[in-house]
Amino acid sequence: MISYLLQQLLNGLSLGGAYALIAIGYTMVYGILRMINFAHGDEFMMAGYFMIFSLAVFPWYFAIPFVILCTIVLGVVIERIAYKPLRSAPRMSVMISAIGISYLLQNLANYLFTAMPQSYPQIDILKHVYTFGNISVSRVTIIAPVLTIVLTFLLIMLVNHTKLGMAMRACSKDQETARIMGIKVDNIITTTFVIGCGLAAVGSILYFTDRNTVQPYSGSLPGLKCFVAAVIGGIGNIQGAVIGGFIVGICQIVITAMGYSVFSDAFTFALLVLILIFRPSGLFGEKAVQKV
Amino acid sequence: MKVKEKRNLILSIVAVLLCCLYLFILESDSVVHSYAITIIERSCIYAVAAVSMNLIIGFTGQFSLGTAGFMCIGAYITGVLTIPVEMRDQIFYLYGMASWLHDIKLPLIVTLILCAVVCAGIAALIGWPVLRLKSDYLAIATLGFSEIIRAIFGWDGLGKITNASYGVSNIPEFKSIFECVIISAVCIVIMILLVNSSYGRAFKAIRDDDVAAEAMGINLFRTKQLSFVVTSAFAGVAGGLLAVYMRSAVTSTFTVALTYNILLMVVLGGIGSISGSILGAFIVTGSQEWLRFLDREYTWSELIPGIGNTGFGAMNVPLLRNGFRMVVFSLLLMLVVLFWNHGLTGSKEITWDRLINGAKKLMRSKKEKAVSEAE
Repeated sequence: MISYLLQQLLNGLSLGGAYALIAIGYTMVYGILRMINFAHGDEFMMAGYFMIFSLAVFPWYFAIPFVILCTIVLGVVIERIAYKPLRSAPRMSVMISAIGISYLLQNLANYLFTAMPQSYPQIDILKHVYTFGNISVSRVTIIAPVLTIVLTFLLIMLVNHTKLGMAMRACSKDQETARIMGIKVDNIITTTFVIGCGLAAVGSILYFTDRNTVQPYSGSLPGLKCFVAAVIGGIGNIQGAVIGGFIVGICQIVITAMGYSVFSDAFTFALLVLILIFRPSGLFGEKAVQKV
Repeated sequence: MKVKEKRNLILSIVAVLLCCLYLFILESDSVVHSYAITIIERSCIYAVAAVSMNLIIGFTGQFSLGTAGFMCIGAYITGVLTIPVEMRDQIFYLYGMASWLHDIKLPLIVTLILCAVVCAGIAALIGWPVLRLKSDYLAIATLGFSEIIRAIFGWDGLGKITNASYGVSNIPEFKSIFECVIISAVCIVIMILLVNSSYGRAFKAIRDDDVAAEAMGINLFRTKQLSFVVTSAFAGVAGGLLAVYMRSAVTSTFTVALTYNILLMVVLGGIGSISGSILGAFIVTGSQEWLRFLDREYTWSELIPGIGNTGFGAMNVPLLRNGFRMVVFSLLLMLVVLFWNHGLTGSKEITWDRLINGAKKLMRSKKEKAVSEAE
């Protein structure tokens, strides 16, 4: 019994780690642009496909950086094409544009790679299985939460202690003033997308290595869940997004282990509504003052 | 002014009569025209869904994406209550239909009203927490809600009522094309009346400036709630009609992609224009059928007559492959959003005055062109 619980907890931590990395992308983009990047989940799905193709050509130590690079390029191109022209448009247009990109990426994946689930390549170094008594753990399960925490730590150092991070914080507080202070806002936004997509690519490697298949729609639901994770942690707050990611991941595994896998997605959204009613600024967010 | 009104009334009556005549022609030989009939029925159903979505997005300014969820509720209610009693055991062979439900069979109209009432009730319940949220949060919460509905209907525990993930099939089809068209038209007319009433003006006031609207004495929450309830009720009816049209209700139909598809119609037609949404529904549904050739693989000789079946003619046309149609559609949505964000009609309605003025302008410019060319 205890070993079963421990096993589930480890799985939850692993899934939570992947979710946390994706949630950081949502929270950073929302912090600066005040928009949900609906396409983020699909960028994560595309990263899964990139991995399939690059591992067919390269050894894993070249493939992983290559995948991260491709995902970053994809994210930046999307930002330039679909979001940048709409900077001054009403929020609804931007949101529809983001939905449009998400729809486009799904249909494109469906067209290019067919709707059949493609098997995700096994990276031997991640798949090595350890056995402790009754518990068997693959290496990726252990790496995921550790890597997440290390990357988050580095990111927080970047945001809090470098000039670039200061510019990012300035942009998320007030873009107009930031521009007056000589910050190139567009560059900062691009940087945000670069970081978000890079982390999403790492998250996709951790996520799909445990799940074995990729299909065109495998990004949409995890994407929404990670946004929920970002909201739970307090949108715009990186530590919050990571903790939110772990909460969502562990809850999902626990509910599935209890035999209610149908409701694991439903629970996430119920959690969202509860959080928004009782703590609209999330667990760690700052209270926003409504200006009229 | 009076003359113009009279002219518009006559034009409207003529247009309606022409539509009826066309439908009669289709109906008189429904086997030959079955393709056209399916497209028209489908378009009408999507038009109801698109107009209902436009009510909350375009007129009230609340970005709700729960349409697919409510359509799912409507579809299952219609499915469960209208399939012939003698076929029920066969359809529910795995779970066995709940005994209290087994012998209840209702006519289509009653079922659709029931759909509207149930969806309205559920919307009122969900609206209470959800409508307090602002734009993006509302979008995510309603999207999530629509996924929750799908999960509930696909759950084994409700298998005795919904047949879980196997869905309900063998729903009796429309008796004639008129049944579908008239029900859709009635729904749309009710929504038009609502938009033109004082409630409709309150919706628009909230869309334009919610703080100012509240200051003018509009109860923000109750008005948003009303808009959400009406939207959901008609989405439910549209779902019921869709189930009858497809003759089945399965959870896999009502994914987020369905909501996006309806959103495409609303955006293409023009956010905040009912006639635009109807037009959008017809254009999107129609072109999704006509562009089916994009999903097939062709050789050049099939497309361009006169080329031999060898060499270049035997080569496959690039890009055309299964799934390309939807890529074209999503690109279309992106182009509309980026370069033409008012859609076909903008937020204005299509009226006879606008059509006639447009036609006059077109004629004039042609004449001027002809004159300038002659010179």
